[in-house]
Amino acid sequence: MENITTSEFKIIEEPKKQLSMNPKKFAMWLFIASVLMLFAAFTSAYIVRRAEGNWLYFELPDLFYYSTVIILLSSVTMQWAFFAARKDNLEMVKVGVGVTALLGVAFVIVQFLGWGQMADQGVYLVGNPSGSFVILLTLVHGVHLLSAIIFVLIVLNASFKLKIHSKSMSQIEMCTTYWHFLGGLWLYLFVFLLLNR
Amino acid sequence: MATVDIHAHPPVPHHDDHEHEHEHHHGNFWTNYIFSQDHKVIAKQYLITGIIWALIGGTLSVLFRLQLGFPDADLSWLRPLLGGWIVIDPATQVGKLDTEFYLALVTMHGTIMVFFVLTAGLSGTFSNFLIPLQIGARDMASGFMNMLSYWFFFLSSAIMFTSLFISTGPAGGGWTIYPPLSALPQAISGSGLGMTLWLVAMVFFIVSTLLGGVNYITTVINLRTQGMSFSRLPLTIWAFFFTAIIGLLSFPVLFGAALMLVFDRSFGTSFYLSDIYIAGEALAHEGGSPILFQHLFWFLGHPEVYIVLLPALGISSEIIATNSRKPIFGYKAMIGSMLFIAILSFVVWAHHMFVTGMNPFLGSIFTLLTLIIAVPSAVKIFNYVTTLWKGNIVFTPAMLFSIGLVSFFLTGGITGIFLGNSAVDIQLHDTYFVVAHFHLVMGSASFFGMLAGVYHWFPKMFGRMMDDRLGKIHFWLTFIGVYLVFFPMHYIGIAGFPRRYYSWTNFETFGGFTDLNMLVSVAAIATLSAQFIFLFNFFYSIFRGRLAPANPWNSTTLEWTTPRFPGHGNWIGEIPSVYRWPYDYSKPGAKEDFIPQTIPYSETPESNFPHENELIKLEMSNGSTIVVEERKDHGHH
Ligand code: HEM
Ligand SMILES: [Cu+2]
Repeated sequence: MENITTSEFKIIEEPKKQLSMNPKKFAMWLFIASVLMLFAAFTSAYIVRRAEGNWLYFELPDLFYYSTVIILLSSVTMQWAFFAARKDNLEMVKVGVGVTALLGVAFVIVQFLGWGQMADQGVYLVGNPSGSFVILLTLVHGVHLLSAIIFVLIVLNASFKLKIHSKSMSQIEMCTTYWHFLGGLWLYLFVFLLLNR
Repeated sequence: MATVDIHAHPPVPHHDDHEHEHEHHHGNFWTNYIFSQDHKVIAKQYLITGIIWALIGGTLSVLFRLQLGFPDADLSWLRPLLGGWIVIDPATQVGKLDTEFYLALVTMHGTIMVFFVLTAGLSGTFSNFLIPLQIGARDMASGFMNMLSYWFFFLSSAIMFTSLFISTGPAGGGWTIYPPLSALPQAISGSGLGMTLWLVAMVFFIVSTLLGGVNYITTVINLRTQGMSFSRLPLTIWAFFFTAIIGLLSFPVLFGAALMLVFDRSFGTSFYLSDIYIAGEALAHEGGSPILFQHLFWFLGHPEVYIVLLPALGISSEIIATNSRKPIFGYKAMIGSMLFIAILSFVVWAHHMFVTGMNPFLGSIFTLLTLIIAVPSAVKIFNYVTTLWKGNIVFTPAMLFSIGLVSFFLTGGITGIFLGNSAVDIQLHDTYFVVAHFHLVMGSASFFGMLAGVYHWFPKMFGRMMDDRLGKIHFWLTFIGVYLVFFPMHYIGIAGFPRRYYSWTNFETFGGFTDLNMLVSVAAIATLSAQFIFLFNFFYSIFRGRLAPANPWNSTTLEWTTPRFPGHGNWIGEIPSVYRWPYDYSKPGAKEDFIPQTIPYSETPESNFPHENELIKLEMSNGSTIVVEERKDHGHH
């Protein structure tokens, strides 16, 4: 029966440090999970409904290609702003975040114009569900994107107050995460629609 | 075994009394009681709102039971309450319940009970109250979001409540609001404004649930006190945790389904509608699929039944262990079965749709998956019974209600196995058999879990005790009443009587069930009346109850280490550390029949198991959370 010595144990955590992650960031991920479930519901409904036949085929608006490029670009600028914040390059943060907000607005406008292109083909919200689904998906995604733009504007405001720098990153980090998520979500939706028209 | 020096005292942080910043919290009436961010106050807000809803929901059920039990009775005496919904026959002067209003009553009863009472009222009360108190946190991760969660629920409640009083009546398409009925205002008056309000209310409800759920999960993961590892969490917390995850993943789907329904109703889309004629008139809607709605609805709907049930199971686990004075049997199996149930709950939804023309092969897959749920459910029942077995049982009202829960869960679960067989379900679907099944397994079981929780944690919520004798009377009346209400429904259902029918007197076949239906209705009225004993006990005890001792049930969990009236921040001084699991009841050798989680092993040499003696060293190294790294070259045991 040997004695146990403290050397056998390695102290990995100090007391009080139960926090495995910033609770706000963690909550943000949970929110993202629930948004993901919403779109999983929509896209699986889409597949189920499409499998039943009586499904109108139409071309997706060209503009959706442009909006895809725009939102991908905006992810780049957002990430750029994030890196700048980490390097305490505060001017760059403002520029990056500001450009992201502008690109976000541009995306929403282009999506809206895309609906116009669908209307030109005679596809409206009301009609065969194939068109209604495209509008529904873009609309709900767009609403989330608007909420992200508001978030970006809040970050922009904070960056003007010099509240975002390498020691205070959590806000811009959450914003970046959300923004990338919505960009990725659109990419998924777009590819999904292209493959399942 | 290892000889360890048990006399050295580790630093025990929970004994020092230094002032904590949270201790004194000043505020005015509004910030303390209305827009409070304190989880305990929010829990009470949920509880009181839930109780009010339960009363409304119960009253509605008695109204339609009057119709079912006494189809020929003159209901004109209800006119002061229901006004125009009691239609007086001009010839006979007999007052009858309006037929469409009957449907609205059934719909609102289901909606209120499932969502407002057993989802918001149950999780909202106990997740909020117990998570911080039992894991050793000062509050939820975000008090603000928590407050928002309640006020969204309140807003949702206000809208749903308003819909009861509009002239076209509240929603009438059943709590499952299947289109096309619910989508077409022309179809029945209950698909008009009432349905719109229903949908709006549910949108706010979902927002509230998500805000709450995000908070519960974040809090459990991030804010546990020192030493409170996952394997030391009380089963209540595990249950709330799984419940919140299920909600987070399933409510968005209901949101999506409801949004598409809103589009169909208000913007003319055809997601769910096709080939419909109303009064000979073809509708423009073309190309939709009503079955699509059922898929989406039940993808939430089935997990929802476990959202309702799991918290009740968690509560009863805790209460049964405490009052059997025994460790819960199969702690890990309890967690494992809850996890398994949570996962399975997402892959069985189509058992609600066996008769929708589903491919029989698909039907048998869903039968298989559905029947598998019986396994973890049986594990839980087995564990409850084995925990009770040879226990030193203390029959508090909370304990009685918990045992009642086990009984209902068993009775109702067995009929689930009948229904889960797609072939049998062809006969039983949409009959009173289904009504009996889910009222026992979900409705009554969860209600009992909720009542058990109230009786058990009332002393912590209000610092006073509820009356024991009244609690027991309440239990027996309710327990017997529930069986009298729901057991006969099995027979009525097997005979083929469909649910949601206003009247069956026109069918020769059902003539023989008049007496049984009358019995059910009388029992329903009696059971509802018995709840007033509880209400009296509850409100009287809040103000006049005997002051509660610190730990009235001799429990091991952390909430009983707080002051009688815990302030914002819960503990004066430091948050206690945790050294052991929550079920050290009647441990061999121990001085008392329970050892709180806050007692280190070093203080209980007389009852420690050998491996626990070894843990003492860990407790001593500055109270740090330590992970043991066993050295390969050092094979000690
Ligand atoms: C052994 C486990 C269970 C099985 C096999 C099972 C099976 C079923 C089946 C097949 C149905 C559909 C019947 C029909 O509409 O024809 C059903 C209905 C239902 N079950 Fe269960 N069930 C089980 C446990 C539960 C539990 C634990 C709950 C709730 C906590 C629950 C709540 C419900 C509800 C609410 C409905 C009816 C919903 C409605 O149509 O309005 N069931 N169950
Ligand atoms: Cu189900």
